Amino acid sequence: MAAYILRRLWQMIPTILGVVLLVFFLFKYFGGDPAEILGGLNATPEQIAAIRQQLGLDKPVWVQLGLYLQSVATFDWGKSWATNEAVSHLFSSRLPATLTVMLPILVLEVIVALPVAMWVSYRRGSLADRTLMVVTTIALSISFLVYIIVGQYVFGFQLGWFPVQGWSDSTWTNLTTYVPLPVLLAVFVALAPYTRLYRTFFLDELGQDYVRTARAKGMTEGRVMFSHVLRNAMIPILTNVGLALPGVFVGSFLIEVFFSIPGLGREILLAVNRSDYPVIQAIAVYLAALTMVINLIVDVLFKLVDPRVVLK
Amino acid sequence: MSTASHDVVAPAAAQRSDGVWLAAWRRFKADRVGLVSACVVLAFIVLVAVSALGWVAKGWQDEVGVANAPPTLLGPRPAEATGAIEVPKGPNADLSAVDPLAPRYADIDAAASKYRTTDAAKADTLPMGGDRLGRDVMSKAIKGTQISVFVGVLAAVLATLIGTVLGALGGFFGGKVGDFLEWLYNVFEAIPGILLIFAFAAVFGRGIGTVVLILGLAGWTGLYRQVRAEFMKHSGREYVRAAEAIGASSTSRMFKHILPNISHVILVRMSLLVVGFIKSEVILSYLGLGVGVEDVSWGTMLAEAQSELILGYWWQLAAATGFMAVFVTAFSLMADAVRDALDPKLRGLE
Repeated sequence: MAAYILRRLWQMIPTILGVVLLVFFLFKYFGGDPAEILGGLNATPEQIAAIRQQLGLDKPVWVQLGLYLQSVATFDWGKSWATNEAVSHLFSSRLPATLTVMLPILVLEVIVALPVAMWVSYRRGSLADRTLMVVTTIALSISFLVYIIVGQYVFGFQLGWFPVQGWSDSTWTNLTTYVPLPVLLAVFVALAPYTRLYRTFFLDELGQDYVRTARAKGMTEGRVMFSHVLRNAMIPILTNVGLALPGVFVGSFLIEVFFSIPGLGREILLAVNRSDYPVIQAIAVYLAALTMVINLIVDVLFKLVDPRVVLK
Repeated sequence: MSTASHDVVAPAAAQRSDGVWLAAWRRFKADRVGLVSACVVLAFIVLVAVSALGWVAKGWQDEVGVANAPPTLLGPRPAEATGAIEVPKGPNADLSAVDPLAPRYADIDAAASKYRTTDAAKADTLPMGGDRLGRDVMSKAIKGTQISVFVGVLAAVLATLIGTVLGALGGFFGGKVGDFLEWLYNVFEAIPGILLIFAFAAVFGRGIGTVVLILGLAGWTGLYRQVRAEFMKHSGREYVRAAEAIGASSTSRMFKHILPNISHVILVRMSLLVVGFIKSEVILSYLGLGVGVEDVSWGTMLAEAQSELILGYWWQLAAATGFMAVFVTAFSLMADAVRDALDPKLRGLE
């Protein structure tokens, strides 16, 4: 186990290096000149030159790359160009808001989609099953934007059940006042793809020989479904949740933008609009590393949950 | 398995079995849902072509109706009781005795007549309503369909090209080239998709071509993976080794022999990409990172519709949503039918 973890960590190094190189050269050669972005429209050539010197842009490329690698290795991400806020502080102050919204969404999605998928896969081909497939196909074709726009209008503006948007300093107020509407909408939207996906997982298991054997020896349908099929179907479902986990940290930027939630997703979008390169670069590298670490943890957890899994 | 291998193996007199495309077409024809959705997609493609040629929706930027003109079905909006100041009746008071400009009235009239503009009559209602500026929502929706579908399809073609070429190189040659491409794949996969799109958007700016480039560059990884696996499987097959024995070059083996045999896999993947890219384009355009301000797409329409909805003008939202829902539903159903027809092994899973 330890050897496996070490090897996986070792394999991450070239990938992370690749992400750093990609991000560095993308912004270096395709992005605008940082000095001109920082200087603004009225900057004199002297000011531009001064900014270039300050950022080290007048040094050769490989020196700049070295400096960049150094900042990545020491977790010193520098400061945002737009607000002069340290990027590390940006992470620590925005992440709680993102998690407050995203964790309930992730948990509720699975809790709601699981029984629905289990039920329709058990009654495969029935009217309920076919209706659900048609409804999910249509629901999937409508943009997420429309759900949010209409949801805010109906529940927030017309009915007045929830505030249309907002955020406070208290986590409890956030959870009880501001989070319900975005969570409700996001779970509703995610229900269609998740139900379809879980349904295929359940159908895969229902077609297996062990199900027939269990039925043949007179096991009740409830026991077949809950102690055999469900447990086996949980493996791909949990894999899927594991894949969705890194997304919890980046946050649904659409939800955060629409509901004015001061999270990481909104911060990324702000950074993109302001050409705030240090923030975008830092978030890209940090999230890539986080994604890989989470994937590793999920793989290891699988070994603990399911003894049949062999770690290679 | 394929036309190519059958042509080689079967003697001339033996009954030829159907090629993979003919067999797929036979299966597709039997799928009623697939056929209907294919017809809907075809109708949309005709609409896009007609709009691109400028035969319809050419004047989508013309302000043909009153601001926020309601749809014809609803009838014109009742005149608002604005309580304006009453216009005084009778002729204007004659000031020429005291007005110092009086001797130049003729000059002023002559100068003013040069600038006279014709104010076109503005319609009270439009077929599907009007937007904030009185532009016809139907024309906008058609033009938006053109842009959104165009971007989605072109980005899918770009992603397919990148994925196929890299996948072919990686799967066929393996070794150093394969390792390098695997590394590249891992790097692209490590960054969350939406973040990658944002990073590209921050660097490349706005515009239709840029959106195509961004989506294509960020979306090739899934296709690469599948094409690579197929090439690895096929490169050891007998027909490829036979081609090698008669002196076919690597390029010829890759693209003349193997590629036609896996083209159905690529087609299925590509049609799935189109749907995803259209949705991404809508979101990018909504956020102002997509098409430019002088273009219209479903995303920019939704962005405008948000503020209109609060005022009760729901038609632009309905038009954009309706066009998009019909197209995307039809396209996904068609893609499913194509997948079932071309890859019967996968059938029945969903």
